[in-house]
Amino acid sequence: MSRSRLLPLTGIIAALAAWQIAFVLRPSSLIPGPIAVAQGIGELAVRGLLVKYVVASLFRVTWGYLVALVIAIPLGLALGMMRIGEMALNPILQILRPISPLAWIPIAILWFGVGDVSAIFLIFLASLLPMTVATMNAVHNIDPVHLAAARNFGIPLRARMRDVLIPAILPQLIVAMRITLGVAWLVVVAAEMIAVNSGLGFLIVDARNAGNRYDLVIAGMVLIGLVGIVLDLLMRRLERLDSVRWGYASE
Amino acid sequence: MKTHPRDTEHAEKALSAPSVPLWFQRFMLPLTTAAIILILWSIAVRASGTKIFPTPAAVAKAITTLAEKSLLWHYIADSLTRVFAGYTAAIAVGIPLGFLLGWYAPLARSINPLIQMLRPISPLAWMPLAVIWFGVSNAAPTFLIFLASLFPIIVAAMNGVRNVPPMYIQAGRNFGLTTPQLMTRVMIPAVLPRIIVGLRLAFGIAWVVLVAAEMIAVDSGLGYLIIDARNAGKRYDLVVAGMLMIGLIGLLLDTGIRKIEQWISD
Amino acid sequence: MKVQFSDVSMRFGAMEVLQHVTLGAEEGEFLCILGPSGCGKSTLLNIAGGFLAPSSGSVTIDGEPVTAPDRRRIFVFQERGVFPWLTVEGNIGFGLFDMSAGDRQARVSQYIDLVGLRGFEKSYPRELSGGMKQRVEVARALAVNPDVLFLDEPFGALDSITRLQMRSELLRIWRAERKTVLFVTHDIEESVQLADRVVVMSARPGKIRRVVDIDIPHPRDLSSRRYIELRDLIFGEIGLAHQV
Repeated sequence: MSRSRLLPLTGIIAALAAWQIAFVLRPSSLIPGPIAVAQGIGELAVRGLLVKYVVASLFRVTWGYLVALVIAIPLGLALGMMRIGEMALNPILQILRPISPLAWIPIAILWFGVGDVSAIFLIFLASLLPMTVATMNAVHNIDPVHLAAARNFGIPLRARMRDVLIPAILPQLIVAMRITLGVAWLVVVAAEMIAVNSGLGFLIVDARNAGNRYDLVIAGMVLIGLVGIVLDLLMRRLERLDSVRWGYASE
Repeated sequence: MKTHPRDTEHAEKALSAPSVPLWFQRFMLPLTTAAIILILWSIAVRASGTKIFPTPAAVAKAITTLAEKSLLWHYIADSLTRVFAGYTAAIAVGIPLGFLLGWYAPLARSINPLIQMLRPISPLAWMPLAVIWFGVSNAAPTFLIFLASLFPIIVAAMNGVRNVPPMYIQAGRNFGLTTPQLMTRVMIPAVLPRIIVGLRLAFGIAWVVLVAAEMIAVDSGLGYLIIDARNAGKRYDLVVAGMLMIGLIGLLLDTGIRKIEQWISD
Repeated sequence: MKVQFSDVSMRFGAMEVLQHVTLGAEEGEFLCILGPSGCGKSTLLNIAGGFLAPSSGSVTIDGEPVTAPDRRRIFVFQERGVFPWLTVEGNIGFGLFDMSAGDRQARVSQYIDLVGLRGFEKSYPRELSGGMKQRVEVARALAVNPDVLFLDEPFGALDSITRLQMRSELLRIWRAERKTVLFVTHDIEESVQLADRVVVMSARPGKIRRVVDIDIPHPRDLSSRRYIELRDLIFGEIGLAHQV
């Protein structure tokens, strides 16, 4: 009964306990215990930094990610449907893709200076190529039988997009969107560590540089993890929509 | 009653292929696009009159200079060593752990929430802790790469084991396999394709993290090359050269993993 | 002739799939194309549907050469052709994009009744059995009121009891709607139960071996002497001794 409900908590509790014990055994270590970290989170909340930094990070991710989706999905659809376009662009996409978005930091700073726009640009880059390639592949993976049926009924292009192409790629698209959002979240933290003066990534670097406040460093990590979980859960809800559930193997 | 795979295959191939692509289009089209991009890039640099942003020619020259000074090779070797060490360590830990979690459901119920908590913490956020634990050395970025690859690998292995059809396990037991035999002869082959997909995903993230870690925590490697070229005299020709090297090496490694993936799934 | 194949040959690369097929189907006829796996019967149907162009020869429907798929003749795949992201209603109304919402609703409703799926209008295909999905696909095809139906082993993935039920339903619908039907199968019994004429094809390269008239009125008695005679004739034509 209650045993099975407590089971999911045991791992977390054991980890916290181990951390606390390590802290008690070596109190001189720079790394604080879990209680100090909880207090650190409280301190951030009181100083208003918690909300401010979380909002700053989310603001950058949202804009960079949304602009990337608006460009990547139509581009991927077009490349997926037109073989010539794919042959012309795909090799170049494949070379650009493994360039870590963070390697663009110097160029982002050169073009946009230190600030929000640089960070948004990096998120945009981090999301653009994976989403373009994923959309293109999703179009290629459409069951040819469905395309043949759509042709057979002779429905006009716009209806074909609305009723066949887009719903057919949606399940794969949503998975790609979730994975890409995870990468965008990773990139925003790194970008904030290097290129801007606010946000959760900045919090971590700043707390360390300004006085070895490792309680705030770990508090920042916890917040990054929590926001990351929330983003992931929101994307997973999309996967439960009735019109896309067909695309996933039964879980 | 079976369908005729041969028959439908032909029909479907013909249904989906609007026209037969000529072999030279595969080469000529990307080359033309690349040429157009390079020309536009040159024109944009000249037209804007920038003194900082390099032309493609300047980048090409920078690459040859780097290659001659053997610095490039050192940096590439350093980056590859870090990725290789962190990634193999993550495989060595992640796959057995994922198998355990997939096999023993109570263990997964107990540990999975912890993993789900740790997973979305950007590996780079561990940087200050990594520096405390390992100092500014090869070990710190290697540790970050280990973290970055570990979670996707664990999750892929765990889900892979859970999704093995129970029929396979019943059949294995039916033929009297012991648990270790069941693992090596049934579970591992059944799970392998999924794990490989997880490995490729993990590698993509590891490569992103490597560059960032080298920009922050060490003084060698391709990430360091980029940040150093910028900080020491705004040598943007070297910055772009470094970016291209990162792209090319990343592409080569990704292609390698894809080849292994195909080889295993065949 | 409603559908006329004239000297149709097809090759994929070096492989010859169809050789000089000449065949006609009359208006309202139920024609079965029967042959072993890989004899090119599916290819033949795809050519008639306008999905493939023959290497040589031609297909005409009402005297018009077939060059592309057309909504006056609908291809029914195995239940795989049902769109998994649309409900039963959405699937059946799929081809009715040029109707007003009211007309469309009425037409969809009529065909939901015809195939006996009342109560499942809002269900998604993943919630349906194989036979029900097959009904959805047939209803979707009939809803646009085509004059020719192409069925490519439509019941191949169903269990044998459902398959029997689906056959009698298809016959009921065919009698009600009087479409010209080209039905591809490799099941000898199925062809004798359904068709006006059975076109027996040889293994690859596919050629017509023989066309058998099934002169038994519907509903057919599967233990009648004539049924068994015709069935055994086809067994013999395909070169199988009728023994297990």
